[in-house]
Amino acid sequence: MLVALSIIIDGVAYGMILFMISVGLSVTMGLMRIMNLAHGGFALIGGAIAHALTVRLGIDFVPAAILSIMTAVLISFALERIVYRPIYRLGELGQVLATIGVTFIIIAIVNFFLGSTLLPIRPPSFMTGSVTLGFKTLPMHRLIVIGAGAMVLVFLYWLIERTRFGIYLRASVDNHATAAALGINTSKIYAVTFALGAGLAALGGMLGAELLPLEAYYPLRYMVLFLTVVAVGGLGTITGSFAAAMGLGILDTGSRYLLSEFGTIVFFLAVMLLLSARPRGLLGRA
Amino acid sequence: MKPLQMASVIAGLLAALVTCPSSAETIRVGIIATFSGPNAIWGKQFKEATEVYVAEHGDSINGDKIEFIYKDVAGPNADASKAAAQDLLVRDQVKYLGGFDFTPNALAVAPLITQAKVPAVIFNAATSSINKQSNFFLRTSFTLWQVSVPMANWAAANGAKTVITAVTDYNPGVDAETAFASAFEKKGGKIVSKIRMPLQTTDFAPFMQRIKDSGSDGVFAFLPAGPATFAFTKAYNEGGLKQAGIRFYGTGETDETTIDALGDQATGLVTAYHYSDAHESDLNTAFTAKLKQMFPSSRANLASVGAYDGVHLIYQMIKAAKGDGVKAIEAAKGLAWESPRGPVKLDPETRHVVQNVYIRRVEKDPQGRLINKEFDTVQQVPDLGFNP
Repeated sequence: MLVALSIIIDGVAYGMILFMISVGLSVTMGLMRIMNLAHGGFALIGGAIAHALTVRLGIDFVPAAILSIMTAVLISFALERIVYRPIYRLGELGQVLATIGVTFIIIAIVNFFLGSTLLPIRPPSFMTGSVTLGFKTLPMHRLIVIGAGAMVLVFLYWLIERTRFGIYLRASVDNHATAAALGINTSKIYAVTFALGAGLAALGGMLGAELLPLEAYYPLRYMVLFLTVVAVGGLGTITGSFAAAMGLGILDTGSRYLLSEFGTIVFFLAVMLLLSARPRGLLGRA
Repeated sequence: MKPLQMASVIAGLLAALVTCPSSAETIRVGIIATFSGPNAIWGKQFKEATEVYVAEHGDSINGDKIEFIYKDVAGPNADASKAAAQDLLVRDQVKYLGGFDFTPNALAVAPLITQAKVPAVIFNAATSSINKQSNFFLRTSFTLWQVSVPMANWAAANGAKTVITAVTDYNPGVDAETAFASAFEKKGGKIVSKIRMPLQTTDFAPFMQRIKDSGSDGVFAFLPAGPATFAFTKAYNEGGLKQAGIRFYGTGETDETTIDALGDQATGLVTAYHYSDAHESDLNTAFTAKLKQMFPSSRANLASVGAYDGVHLIYQMIKAAKGDGVKAIEAAKGLAWESPRGPVKLDPETRHVVQNVYIRRVEKDPQGRLINKEFDTVQQVPDLGFNP
């Protein structure tokens, strides 16, 4: 019983981090129909800037976090204008090749400025303590991560389902030409959505750094993990990504508690079974 | 000139060249390591330490110039290592090889160096069995047996009755687990449980819960340096293991290139290892100061000292035998010298370095920098995992 509770608590915290980093990928890949393998790169950019600000310049976590997310958003905005516009027009294979190239460039830049060692982020004092639940000690930062993930979920749901921006976005991706003819500025919608995805990745990269430590090769190291969440959840669905991240987080944590000698086999076996039953993911659109 | 005269002049010149005592040669040394990709830190540490040694000792021996050629193999990559060695031996005519960060990279060159009779000095790769694969392998790093057994003995002598082991599930991890468990049980201790953690894992909270629930006095951990170590030590602190009094025993987890990133959470961790950049000796002070002067952002670690001593060994072999590999190996056997890590000698049978293993605790030095402070020494430990 206690083990089951531990698995659920640790799994939910792990799942929330997966959700925060991957949901942006689900939004750009599903809603904008672009295979953006450089997504983890934005998580790295956010984390690397936060590292430089908190550790090397000694700035407090909260202003540093806001500054790094804003920088990541600005960089992604510029990249969307210059690099991604031509990529939209490429076929799927072209998009995969081009965005993996972008990933390598991001890695090389971070490597050049900050080296290939770990990039820790100095956490604020309110994030460092532990909470004792009697049977289990839970680090404070995990509780904060769970809270932040829940807020992101609510915010995105509201944004896409309940606002004018959401209506425009859904219209633009469903039928680009008609939406444009009706006076929707589709390229602006795309740019904002892309930047939103990057901002979420930066937030996830920073908050998740305790579990998925940041270093220059971060985007490649965890690429499979993020893609798995999106594939299992189904493209373009926020609730799907959430369900997938939670499910995979709890499953992976459970296998570590009970079957660690099987390594990651349990995880990938479950993913294979699920995808063979539902090739479009849990909540994927037909 | 008539052809005959021409021939005799050339012959005369050749003879002069061969017999001339001052004819300077260039002796090339090939360094095979990882200079790019996620593990590029190894090549960087090797190269910087090599350059420090050359800066201190010059680049010529008895008039012969020593030239280093660096080859990148981009990570644990046996094929690339073999190809690089072939290239170095055939095209560049190197007389010595050095480097080798990963075990498979060293194993891949064993047949080549045996055939070419070229000594290869291993700066890091730490599996005991490597030196058995060729009589031309020499090693200046360490083996997991060499540091894990002293850790177990020290834990047993200092109050640990029960220990749980938690290692990453790959060869070095299994090596460390076997070495620690066998030595600890020999001292009357009890291994409560053995956890093997998947290589890809970075969330260690589940393992911490299991370690805590086991109720043992301590945990012996082995993980590859980098993200895994960072997340593990973090989880060790945050999972409340430190407060619960479960002591941490390790080996290379707190190496100098990782320790700054670990931050304050590393304070108090006890490890057994052969090198700390805070080792107190004049030679080490000189070595770390020179490194700092030449590469201000660098910090010496196990890779630096492995390379520094490796180059020292190569210099000694060149002094004794120039480019003759067989004579060089004979000269190297039993060689003893003072290293930045303390007194070392090359075991004539295993061709592996015999060295002190230090028990250290992570502390802050007066400048506020985290260091591995040595407080106990196990004298002159050989490679305990070598079985001929």
